Amino acid sequence: MLRIECPFCGLRNHDEFTYLEDGSGEMPALDNIDGEAWYEAVFLRDNPRGMHIEDWHHTQGCRMVLRVSRNTLTHQILSVMPAHPDYKEMFSDSAKSANSAPKSAKAKSAKDGRG
Amino acid sequence: MGAYRLNKGGRINRDKEVFFRFNGRRLKGFEGDTIASALLANNVRQVGRSFKYHRLRGVMSAGPEEGGALFNVNDGAMRIANVKGTMAELRDDMQVYAQNAFPSLAFDIGAVNGLFAPFLTAGFYYKTFMGPARTTAFWMFCEKFIRKAAGLGKASRLPDPDSYDIAYKFCDVLVVGAGPTGLLAAAELAEQGQKVVLVEQDFEVGGSLLSGGRTEEFTLRDTLLKRFEKAGGQVMLRATAFGLYDGLVTGVLERCSDHQSAPEPFSPREISHIIHPQHVVLATGACERGFAFGNNDRPGVMLAGALRSYACRYGVMAGRSAVIATCHDGTYDDAIMLASLGMEITLIDARNKPSRYAKKAQAAGINVLAGKVPVNVAGVKSVAALEIADIDEAGEIKENTTIIGCDVVGVSGGYSPVIHLPSHRGIKPRWEASINAFVAGKTPENIHIIGSADGIFDHQACLDNALQITQKIKGQKTGVKLRRRVPGGMRALFEVQIKGRKLKSFIDPQHDVTSEDVRQAHREGFVSVEHMKRYTTLGMATDQGRVGNVLGLAVMAQAQGLAVGTTGVTTFRPPYTPVSIGALAARERGRHWRPTRRTPMHHMHLAAGAVMTDAGAWKRAWYYPRGDEGIDEAYVREAATTRQNVAMVDVSTLGKIAVQGPDATEFLNRLYVNPFAKLAIGKARYGIMLRDDGMVLDDGTTWRLAEDNYFMTTTTAQAGPVMLFLEELLQRRWTDLRVHVTSVTDQWAGMAVAGPYAREVLAAEFPQLNWSDEAFPFMGVVEVTHRLGQHDITCRIARISFSGERAFEIYVPSDSGAQIWSALADRVNEAGGCLYGMEALGALRIEKGHVTAAELDGRVTLEDAGFGRMASKTKPFIGSVLRQRSSLQDERRPQLVGIFPKDRTKKFSAGAILCTPDAVSGFGEGWVTAVTHSPALGHWIGLGFVAGGAQAWQGKTIIVADPVRDNFVEAEIVSPHMFDAKGDRQHG
Repeated sequence: MLRIECPFCGLRNHDEFTYLEDGSGEMPALDNIDGEAWYEAVFLRDNPRGMHIEDWHHTQGCRMVLRVSRNTLTHQILSVMPAHPDYKEMFSDSAKSANSAPKSAKAKSAKDGRG
Repeated sequence: MGAYRLNKGGRINRDKEVFFRFNGRRLKGFEGDTIASALLANNVRQVGRSFKYHRLRGVMSAGPEEGGALFNVNDGAMRIANVKGTMAELRDDMQVYAQNAFPSLAFDIGAVNGLFAPFLTAGFYYKTFMGPARTTAFWMFCEKFIRKAAGLGKASRLPDPDSYDIAYKFCDVLVVGAGPTGLLAAAELAEQGQKVVLVEQDFEVGGSLLSGGRTEEFTLRDTLLKRFEKAGGQVMLRATAFGLYDGLVTGVLERCSDHQSAPEPFSPREISHIIHPQHVVLATGACERGFAFGNNDRPGVMLAGALRSYACRYGVMAGRSAVIATCHDGTYDDAIMLASLGMEITLIDARNKPSRYAKKAQAAGINVLAGKVPVNVAGVKSVAALEIADIDEAGEIKENTTIIGCDVVGVSGGYSPVIHLPSHRGIKPRWEASINAFVAGKTPENIHIIGSADGIFDHQACLDNALQITQKIKGQKTGVKLRRRVPGGMRALFEVQIKGRKLKSFIDPQHDVTSEDVRQAHREGFVSVEHMKRYTTLGMATDQGRVGNVLGLAVMAQAQGLAVGTTGVTTFRPPYTPVSIGALAARERGRHWRPTRRTPMHHMHLAAGAVMTDAGAWKRAWYYPRGDEGIDEAYVREAATTRQNVAMVDVSTLGKIAVQGPDATEFLNRLYVNPFAKLAIGKARYGIMLRDDGMVLDDGTTWRLAEDNYFMTTTTAQAGPVMLFLEELLQRRWTDLRVHVTSVTDQWAGMAVAGPYAREVLAAEFPQLNWSDEAFPFMGVVEVTHRLGQHDITCRIARISFSGERAFEIYVPSDSGAQIWSALADRVNEAGGCLYGMEALGALRIEKGHVTAAELDGRVTLEDAGFGRMASKTKPFIGSVLRQRSSLQDERRPQLVGIFPKDRTKKFSAGAILCTPDAVSGFGEGWVTAVTHSPALGHWIGLGFVAGGAQAWQGKTIIVADPVRDNFVEAEIVSPHMFDAKGDRQHG
């Protein structure tokens, strides 16, 4: 069973969630009248072996749309973020650092070490 | 001759006798016995017949790898098939039956399949039953007899009377397997302060320590168990980890009551535990395997280790004189222990160099012969003698054989680590030449395989390995990697065959797969092991090939001229051992299969005598019969009363969504196909929304209560999907809109009062409102606080009509639903009206051609449903581009129509196909979605879709074809608006 770490509710079983769709693409603007653009966005999907960005809805929880990075080969989930940019902002590094500066500094130094 | 119980020893409780029946015969065992050990103790050698050839089978092992001792247990609805006698504990009054034997075990009609044996080889079904009828006709005739004869246990066909549960558990470390390795690891981890759960499929903790027969082993077991429990660890017995899944979720089946003769009432038979650990330690041990030789499935041929298990754990000697055939040192200790308990033993070792234990064995009175292998078993009902031959250094087997009399044969071809659980996670097994077995490949960081499950076979190394893993989980360095090895070395031996002698030698006794079947699959071109497995069914029985897989792969590799282990291996999939469907469903069955949704007025419908029906998860009033009315009389009366007078229906099941915020108007205007930008406060509008692909998603009315506050209604069926879609739009796509949506379906009870006198009824209840057409026009909305008894109730009333009559929908907070319903029902009845249910609601809306879920099935465009003109031409909306696709605009698409039977007395059904009279076949020209007997028109009418719509069929005859019910009715196609097409009644 996949376990998805909902940013709002914590680690939960995937059966609380509804898979929505590929989260990597964007829908055309509503006033875009290019049929090809809509056709591509609605019907054409990549089916990658490996990392995949997908949107899940926490239907039995907070009802937030979550953007999940999942490896389709290993089912490993790398990150879970709210799809809405305003909520995503809440979980960004800068927002976190406001609350817990040491943690962020540690993460940064680890990153530096790798670089 | 034969098997017997020792006077002392073993872990059975000799003070507690247990009586059970095998095929009706009353037999005695002891507490602590399994079915298999008790049968052996009673010298029952033949316990069943095989899957395909109906050969007699005996007990072969002492664990879940068993391929012979499979039973039907219990009678009637409680009957369970394919119970492994080697695992099932004995209990009082247990009814045990041999499987696949008719009419009796001794005389078996199905053994005729044995005569067919030359035909029933690999791929028999594929070759015989597929092909031109001319050539397969004879076999088709035979099939039912062969099918009847082939098979395993018979499942009960009655509903399962037992109850089951699902439970969830969370822990730091889950240890699977309570042998010495698992026990030590669990105890150490628990003492480190980890929360540890230890699961053991057996009914006792100890694993191999239970079968050794030495006091120090029992002491070690007791010490480790005490340490573990003292440190707060939790032991789960009779609990099999059947599947390892993503996120380290582990499925564990606990068998709670099958071993009890009088289980607690209402206690579950089995519980499936879904366990969420941080680490999984797999100490699942290794499974001994045999090797193939002639007639190696005869009752009395057993795994060598199993002979010891029965002797030391259950005090049962499986025979008096044994030939034990091995190819490694491990078996010597088994033989010495058995000899000390009184078994007369000849030990034949396939290795030419004598073992370092040979002298010790000889000292114990064992006749040790090196460089010998078993060739063939003599005896039909059970082992009578074993024919053996010399094998040379190169592995060639000499033709000259000798015969040794014996009543039991022990075989050991080495040990296979139990690696099913890592395989579930996609971890590929790889061949480890040092132990002639597969071990699991590289595991993720939180899955640890230890002890003999990882191919580490000596006792001390296993214990060291357990300590290493506890350090690793703590995050410490673990020291040197332990070697995988078979102490003393082994000779790889998978099959013994003398050239020119055709003997049946089994590699998968449970599915009757012989080594010849595997070679045949090779000859017929099956190269991949996955194909060979499916063609021969090797390893596909309930033991999942624990004993047979390695042998099959070895025989196949040999046939291909490859090294063993290079052919690849098939994938083990969950479950590790069979799991009852009941345990997976647990309490979610019958009416608990899904939640039941009741409207706030549910009890009032029951009190009014309603017959209820299911609408999705909802319970809805279907019709309210009066006197001895059936459904047809009742709904026609209810519908007619609505048209002529007044009636009320419960519409609480409609989806209700509060759409609120400064941008709510913009949001709705983008969502609906028709304009919503200028909807006035205090007005409702009917709207349709599409999906992105241009198909209709849903319809309903949305009411504007305030500048920034809308009350949206959806159909009952689409309430969930629409809510989800709105949330998705706001969170993914239109993130700039300041709108919040809230599902309020359960917060508001709804009822519709419809009919020419609806206004009078409501005016009497709500005298504070102005009910004139000017003040309260069609699509008008008012919100009013209504005092009823002691309560002030907020009522939202809109003049909306689904029935086509003058009608009002009243929504009140759910808590007050029954109170308002009751007050209005009294007034409706006083006015000579009635309550109406789903069936009358359907009749009314079909007459009007109003669509519902039956028509809006996700394949319908706006034009198909007759709403093309509603679509705004001046604004974009969801689906506005893709609905323009040329194929969706094709005029020949099926479109919504009404259907009248030409002969007005004729009846037809929903689901029927509409065909032209000259071609009543295929998919026809369209279909019927709904029918009713129309009280207003006085005959049966229908709604449906037909190519080209009503225009194209004007003046033509169509056939409503219902071949299933053999009903073919001539009909004419009319406008879907079959009654009051102009809508005068709802507006007037």
